[in-house]
Amino acid sequence: MKKLINSPDSVIADALRGMAAAHPSLAVDLENRVVSRAGGAMAGKVGLVSGGGSGHEPLHGGYVGYGMLDAAAPGEVYTSPVPDQILAATKAADHGSGVLHIVKNYTGDVLNFRMAAELAEDEDIRVVSVVTNDDAAVEDSTYTAGRRGVGGTVFVEKIAGAAAEEGADLDTVAALATRVNEATRSFAIALHAGTVPAAGKPGFDLAENEVELGVGIHGEPGRERGAMAPVHDLVAYSLDVIHADRPVSGNLLVMLNGQGGTPLIELYGAFAEATAWIEGHGGTVARSLVGNYITSLDQQGFSITVMSLDDELLRLWDAPVSTPALRWGR
Amino acid sequence: MAFDTTTATAWITAAEAVVKANEARLTGLDAAIGDGDHGANMARGLTAALANIAEKEPATPGDVLVAAGRGIVAKTGGASGPLYGTAFRRAGKALGDTTDADAAQVGEALEAALTAIKELGGAAEGDKTMVDALTPAVAAFQAVAGDGGTVAAAAQAGADAAEAGLAATVPLQARKGRASYLGPRSVGHEDPGAASLALILRALAEVTA
Repeated sequence: MKKLINSPDSVIADALRGMAAAHPSLAVDLENRVVSRAGGAMAGKVGLVSGGGSGHEPLHGGYVGYGMLDAAAPGEVYTSPVPDQILAATKAADHGSGVLHIVKNYTGDVLNFRMAAELAEDEDIRVVSVVTNDDAAVEDSTYTAGRRGVGGTVFVEKIAGAAAEEGADLDTVAALATRVNEATRSFAIALHAGTVPAAGKPGFDLAENEVELGVGIHGEPGRERGAMAPVHDLVAYSLDVIHADRPVSGNLLVMLNGQGGTPLIELYGAFAEATAWIEGHGGTVARSLVGNYITSLDQQGFSITVMSLDDELLRLWDAPVSTPALRWGR
Repeated sequence: MAFDTTTATAWITAAEAVVKANEARLTGLDAAIGDGDHGANMARGLTAALANIAEKEPATPGDVLVAAGRGIVAKTGGASGPLYGTAFRRAGKALGDTTDADAAQVGEALEAALTAIKELGGAAEGDKTMVDALTPAVAAFQAVAGDGGTVAAAAQAGADAAEAGLAATVPLQARKGRASYLGPRSVGHEDPGAASLALILRALAEVTA
C-alpha cells in the first residue's frame, strides 16, 4: 500500500484538519468529528444531517453549506459514525425546527442513526429519518439487508437541502427526500478495488480481464463478476439494469460518478455512452453531473445514477447551492 | 467460581486480548464477504469497553457489562457497535444488583443479550450472523446451568456450542448485513460476527475455568 498518509490511525483526523484549513465556510469539530456550517444556526430552518463511513469524499462533509447539509458526521473509514457523534451533528444542525437524518441503507448506518435519533428526542429535538436505497443492483429485501443507498444520496441531500433553505417544514422536507429517493436508481461497476488504509490491501482482487458488476460503495464485492469490455458495453449493461428496474424515460438528472481512482477522461467517455443510450431509448438528459461525487477511496470504476425529473424537482435541483463540492447559482 | 465483578472485568480484558490477537483473521473474514473492517472495529470497541470500566469502577458484574456496552457503542460504529454494545448493556441489566451471579443468572443474562441482538438487527437463526453462534451457545449454557452445573462448566459448553455454530455458518447464504449483497457468493465463508462472538465466549470460558 502506497498512500499519502501519516498513518492509518490518523487518516480521518488529518483529513478533517485539512478540510477546516481549506474551507472557511465550514466549522470542523475535531473532537466530536462533526463538520457543520460556520456561523451556526439559522433560526427556523429545518436542519439536515447526514453521515456514514469516511472514504466516500466529498460525501458528506463536502456537501455541508448553503442549500444542502447543515452538518455531517464522518465515521471511521467505511464504518458508520457512532451515536454520540451523530447526536453532536444533530445538535449543530438544530435550528429549532427539527432535523432530517439522511441515512444510506447499510445496517451499521441505520442502527447508529436510529440510536442517535432516540438520544436527540431525549433532548427535545424532533428528528425524522429518510433512508436512501437507490441501488438497482440489489433485487429485494427478502434475502438481503435491502437495497443499498448509493449515488442517489447526493440528489436527496441537494433537493431536500434546497427545500429546507426555502423554509419548508420538516415533514415537507422529509416527504421530498423520500420522493427523490423513489425517483432515483443507481448501478456501479468496479475495475479494481480500493484499499482501506487499516487493511493495507485492496478489498477484492480482480484479474486484468474481469470487472465486478453491481458493487456498493465500500469495496465490498459486487453480486457477480463479469468480463472486461469496452465502456460502451459496461454503460449499456448498467443502464439496462436500471431501466429494467425503473424505466429510464422523460426528463432525467444523470450523474456519471467516479469511484475515486478513475480519471475524468474515462468518466466523460462513459457519459457520452450514457447520453447516447438514454437518447436512443427516448429519454432526455436535462441535467447532469460528471466527476467524483460519492467515492470508494481509490477504487477504479464508475456508477450511474438516474432520476426522473418533474418541474418541482428540477427547480429545486437548480436552486443555489454553495458547498465545497457542489456550487452554483449563488 | 461464581460470576463476580472481578470475573466480569477479567472476561472483558480477556475478550479484548483475544480479539486483538485475532484482529487480522476477523478482518480477513470480513474482507471475503463484507467490507473488511470487523477486526479493527471490534478491537477499538473492546479497548473502549475496558477504558470505560476503568473509569466507572463498577461495583457489580452487571455494572461491568453495562459499562462495557456503553464503551463499545461510543467508539465502535458499524453494525457491530450497536449490536455488541446493546448486547452487553442488556446482559448487564439482566444481572441486576447481584454481586455474585450463579450459572442460571449468567445464562439469563446471555439470553437477554441474544434477545437484544435479534430485536435490534432483525436477524434470525440461519441468516449467517452472530445469532447463529449465540443461539446454540445460550442453549448449551442454560442446559448445563439447569442441571446445576457451575459457571465454568456452562461457559465451556457455551463456547463449544458457539464454535460449532460458527462452523455451521460456512455453508449458509447471508441474508443480513453487507454479506447479503453477495447472494450465493457468500456461501463457503465463516461469518465474521459469529467468529468474534465465538472468541468472546471462549474468553468467558477461560476466565471462569
